Amino acid sequence: MSTVKEDVRYAESHEWVKVEGDIAVIGISDYAQHALGDIVYVDMPEEGDEIEAGDVFGAVESVKAASDLICPVSGEVVAVNEDLEDSPELINKDAFETWIIKVRMSDASQVDALLDAAAYAKLCEDE
Amino acid sequence: MEQKEVEIKETCLHGRHKDLGAQMSPFAGYDMPIQYKGIAEEHNAVRHEVGVFDVSHMGEVRVKGPEAEKYVNHIFVNDVRGAAPGQIFYGMMCYENGGTVDDLLVYKVSDNEFFLVINAANIDKDVAWIKQNAEGYDVVVIDESPRYGEVAVQGPKAEETVEKVLGIPVKDIKFYNFATLERDGEEIIVSRTGYTGEDGFEIYGSDAYTQKVWDALMEAGVAPCGLGCRDTLRFEVGLPLYGDELSADITPIEASLSMFVKLDKPEFIGKEALAAQKAEGVKRRIIGLELDGNAIPRHGYPVEVDGKQVGEITTGYRSISTGKSVAMAMVDKPYDKLGTKVEVRIRKKTFPATVVKKKFYDKNYKK
Repeated sequence: MSTVKEDVRYAESHEWVKVEGDIAVIGISDYAQHALGDIVYVDMPEEGDEIEAGDVFGAVESVKAASDLICPVSGEVVAVNEDLEDSPELINKDAFETWIIKVRMSDASQVDALLDAAAYAKLCEDE
Repeated sequence: MEQKEVEIKETCLHGRHKDLGAQMSPFAGYDMPIQYKGIAEEHNAVRHEVGVFDVSHMGEVRVKGPEAEKYVNHIFVNDVRGAAPGQIFYGMMCYENGGTVDDLLVYKVSDNEFFLVINAANIDKDVAWIKQNAEGYDVVVIDESPRYGEVAVQGPKAEETVEKVLGIPVKDIKFYNFATLERDGEEIIVSRTGYTGEDGFEIYGSDAYTQKVWDALMEAGVAPCGLGCRDTLRFEVGLPLYGDELSADITPIEASLSMFVKLDKPEFIGKEALAAQKAEGVKRRIIGLELDGNAIPRHGYPVEVDGKQVGEITTGYRSISTGKSVAMAMVDKPYDKLGTKVEVRIRKKTFPATVVKKKFYDKNYKK
């Protein structure tokens, strides 16, 4: 069974966002990693890339398929998790501890529109 | 008008897959297991030990009659003439224009009887094709797909597993040969064939017999394997999948499968088109690609040279056995030559790749 962490917000496309000041730390949910299976590659943007909420910023790939990563907030990519280049399976091991990118938000209110843990848990249940 | 719903079919092992907690997905009209524990784990079980697949969705067609051999040779690009009973041939059925109806196995039961094993997705189309072309031949064509369940036991320990766990003597069955045996009052078929590049057997029987075989294999701890690793396994050894490397638009010559097309036969459907293609040379063909780096090429991604598209990926993976990002691709000539540098477009970026042989892992058949 997959777990839903309480202190982060969720996009319907299964990314999680943790706010640290004006930085959004972004990863994918445990439900998503479970559905994908063994993750073998993570395609990530470059530091300094500007992204808009709703943009595809990369992909998480299992053996079988590629799944787009969609950015829940707008801003500038200030960090990418380089550990994932050699060890993409870290996401399978702990989807909440393993962030993918950090974005300096241009509009922090976008986070308010995201799902809370209860709403996200319901979404997963319905899928 | 009444709306016609597409019915999703289940194999005789469907309930067992659910009980094992398999991830299920529709494939070729059947609700099939994609994976149980994980594609990589199941893939490695087959490469290094043994695994079992439910392939009951595959179609079976029997062609019987005084002109069975002549007819099979008419619709099949390989040549079954002079074969001994018990021998199996791989090949394709083609349209007049050389495009591929399906790829299949042909089991020679006797001069007057052949057993054809076809892809699940193509059963209706193939059966119609085989019946339609039988006009004027003294044969009967019987679709026996509903009658047969099928499991494939694959891997270096397949022989010992089938002998010990199932009590079926298979040591003396040679590669691409089969035997028919009596079990539980029915006739079952066991062949030394598969779709993984490893030694292995395919066992055809009734639903009840198939369930019994499956249960015995589970009891003995044989790894259940889903369609996910069936694809990664066949891909690594360069075997084509109809829909990816073969289709109505792709001839066997273009698929780099000329060795199965016997142009020295007096006649068969598609011969003229295929002979012309062979003589003039194809404009495009299936090749292997190895990418620099880790990005993963997928079906449909463009292959480019100097920013111009010269082909597309037909199947691609990060190879589980070698860790390399590799693909089969249909590319235009002259970019099919070994060593040619191309680029694969993956989302917004392009990645350098080199044309290599379309065999990314060595087959380990017991011949």
